[in-house]
Amino acid sequence: MARYILRRVLLALPALFGLVILTFVLSRVVPGDAAATLAGDAATPAQIADIRARYGLDRPIMEQAAIHVRQVLTGDFGRSIFSGRPVAEEIIQRLPATLELTFVALFLATVIGIPLGLLAALDHNGPIDHLVRLLSVGGLAIASFWLAIMLQLVFSMDLDVLPLRGRMDVALGQPARVTGSMLIDSLLAGRLDMFVDACRHLVLPAVTLALPGLATIARFTRSGVLETLQKDFVLYARAAGYGRVRLAAIYVLRNAVNVTVTQIGLLFGALISGAVAVEAVFDWPGLGTYAVQAILSADYKALLAVTLVVGVVYAVVNVAVDVVQALIDPRVAEEHR
Amino acid sequence: MTRPILQVEGLAVELRGEAGTAQILDDVTFHVPAGGSLGIVGESGCGKSTLLRAILGILPKGAETPRGSILFEGRDILSDRAASARGRIGFVPQDPYLSLNPVFRAGDQILEIMRRHAPGSRRDHRAKIVELFRAVQLPDPEAALAKYPHQFSGGQRQRLLIAAALACDPSLLVADEPTTALDVTTQREILSLLRGLAADRGLALLFVTHDFGVLASVCDRVTVLYAGRVAEGGPTRTVLDAPQHPYTRMLLACHPDRATDLAGIPGTVPAATAQPSGCRFHPRCPIVRGSCAESPPQTVTEGDRVVACPFHAEPILA
Amino acid sequence: MTALRHIFRDPVAAFGLLIVVFALLVAILAPWLAPYPDDAFESHILQRLRPPSAEFPFGTDNLGRDILSRVILGTRNAFAVAIAVVVAAMAVGVPVGLAAGWRDNWMSDVLMRVTDVFLAVPQLILALALGQLMAPGIGTAMVALAFTYWPFFARTVYAETRRLRGSLFVDALAGIGASPTRILFLHVLPNAAPAILVRATVGMGFTILTAALLGFLGVGAAPPSPDWGLAVSEARQHLPEAWWFPTFPGLAILLLVLGFNLLGDGLRDAADPRLRRSRR
Repeated sequence: MARYILRRVLLALPALFGLVILTFVLSRVVPGDAAATLAGDAATPAQIADIRARYGLDRPIMEQAAIHVRQVLTGDFGRSIFSGRPVAEEIIQRLPATLELTFVALFLATVIGIPLGLLAALDHNGPIDHLVRLLSVGGLAIASFWLAIMLQLVFSMDLDVLPLRGRMDVALGQPARVTGSMLIDSLLAGRLDMFVDACRHLVLPAVTLALPGLATIARFTRSGVLETLQKDFVLYARAAGYGRVRLAAIYVLRNAVNVTVTQIGLLFGALISGAVAVEAVFDWPGLGTYAVQAILSADYKALLAVTLVVGVVYAVVNVAVDVVQALIDPRVAEEHR
Repeated sequence: MTRPILQVEGLAVELRGEAGTAQILDDVTFHVPAGGSLGIVGESGCGKSTLLRAILGILPKGAETPRGSILFEGRDILSDRAASARGRIGFVPQDPYLSLNPVFRAGDQILEIMRRHAPGSRRDHRAKIVELFRAVQLPDPEAALAKYPHQFSGGQRQRLLIAAALACDPSLLVADEPTTALDVTTQREILSLLRGLAADRGLALLFVTHDFGVLASVCDRVTVLYAGRVAEGGPTRTVLDAPQHPYTRMLLACHPDRATDLAGIPGTVPAATAQPSGCRFHPRCPIVRGSCAESPPQTVTEGDRVVACPFHAEPILA
Repeated sequence: MTALRHIFRDPVAAFGLLIVVFALLVAILAPWLAPYPDDAFESHILQRLRPPSAEFPFGTDNLGRDILSRVILGTRNAFAVAIAVVVAAMAVGVPVGLAAGWRDNWMSDVLMRVTDVFLAVPQLILALALGQLMAPGIGTAMVALAFTYWPFFARTVYAETRRLRGSLFVDALAGIGASPTRILFLHVLPNAAPAILVRATVGMGFTILTAALLGFLGVGAAPPSPDWGLAVSEARQHLPEAWWFPTFPGLAILLLVLGFNLLGDGLRDAADPRLRRSRR
């Protein structure tokens, strides 16, 4: 198993390296004169030349690329043009908020989506099945930023039962930062009131973000269960006298859920994209709002760093997914030996 | 004759589908004596698998049993759900490669059966499985518990499934062509294993097959099915040596081991939705009479043999 | 044709097709259908933020423009962006997939590695980075979306080409001396067409959704464009009073994307008979 994990990590590296190169190409080629872009519209030629020298833009392109790679590998993303602070520092500050949001959403999507998919498959072509199909197609068609606003409109503005924005009520202050996750930090601080408040702030963003994932998971679980139910070993298990519920909920589901797990890996990309929209609507201080702010302030260093960090997170999640798959189905790890 | 452990009486199974109602089985009658063995033979499509599913209580959705009964140890398992014989009838499936769930350990799959149908604790069950693994001659029985299906060979998987079938101390073992997916050497081993286990434990055997060779080596009695009806039944030796129903006679003539000429039987088994009237074999029968198409044939009983053809004494002219 | 018949037999997929055809008609006839076609640009400050009424069925926005008219006119934008992006992505992705799938050599490896790089980061993030580096605007958004969506076509066509190149008829064609280009474009490509069509249909929905998000974030369409995503973004400052302002453009996005997704689903079932069973 350890070898399998190592293999998967090694497989992910070339794509990540390619991403570093791609960001370099994008930052140097696309804006035309990078130095002029950096210096701003009102810069004098002298200022531009100064910036060119300072950022090494006057050196040969291959040397610039090498410098770029070395900087990225050492976690040096430069300073934000907007705030003047190191980009790496700002990202570390904000990454936990995004991770907390996406993982809670993924958790919701999984614990609701899998049972829904199972129920739909067992009620093949029945009313539950049709309802789940509608939900799964609709869930993928809804624009997350719009859903977020609609939920705000109903639950925060009209009914006033859930907070409108942010991660925690200002009046409560903040728990001491340990992990950056409000849920964990408030528990570590022993502040149950903060924990409850963090949960209340999470409800709307997490639900918005979870919906497309839930739709995908329910859908793939459903088709996986339907396919597995056709298998000979299910017929055998029934003949041998397995209990009906245990057969469906444990034996069939474990086979079926493998397809679903693959989807969870792919979903993570959609979750990150969704997070950008959801964070923007709920003023969630994560990477998404950071990216949007970087766009509005033309802070290309910050934006490229976000791209890279998201790429790394994405790769880690996909390796984790492969490992989970190998744990569910022992044949997976052996096939790739 | 000993008291039958399994008695099937006038069983009919119908399947409702989009193409109309299909008569899969009609008026099927036979029995398996306690400790005895019966083989069910027929071509594919004759209703063998449906018969098995009816006995095991896993008929597909839309299947109905308008007539007949299946008595297991004297209780009707068809109408009385509480009397369901699941777990008390051991089942050995056809394909050992596809019948085990690939993502669960072998031991856990058998434990799941025992959890519902065998008394005792999990620890007892484990000990019992190891003992069974030994009985079916699985190498390294202790370690086998924790292995996954793909780590066994085909023959080993079939041994594992036989052990699973024995896990709840059944009095009847139902086997669905348990050797067709295996190579010839392994076939022989598995058959002798089954014979030995049945004899040692006083198990009755119900064996479904299309292979007369397998039949002759395992079963005392045989019932021949054609298009969902019983064509002929009796002691294996007598039926094989002197078949009476024209279908059996022709079927045996097809079998390469004993073929005088490989005549084959013209035509195919009719579709279950379009069964011919009268005797279902009449469109393919070489000694067909006008009356054969009118009503189902009378079953003739002679001693311990039955044959569903009043004209069975007629010679077949090639 | 059989695919079309299959679609019509599946009521849900037929519903999807109906939505798409309806929306397409609306897009084509937009200037004649919209009650106030000039509201794409003109503003009428005096009648701003009116709730839905007989005169303005969807209400008016912050500049007093009829939301119904703008939703209708926005259909055009949505289609134009989606079609342009999908066609451009196809133009890049399909040849790449064909070339990479045809032979196992270094070029095929390089092409697929490059594809992997583009798939190593979520599409939106890449589109944002690109959209920002060039001047933000609807053109940039389209380039960025096409730039990030082609790998999906490359992947699909790559898999199909690999599957087909092993098939007997390709061997037979190579045997009688047909050139690889000829085999690829005249024989492999038509056989891969169903998979490409499904990918394109799903891609239309995806593009509409992402383009709307870019508009919402301010990297896509710019005012006074009747873009749906932009409208939702403009509406945020007028909540909760003007609930109708974000609601109707959002519903339009939902409906059109739903149409493409349902249609894509139905096409997938029609293209892959193996999956059909699980649907019905």
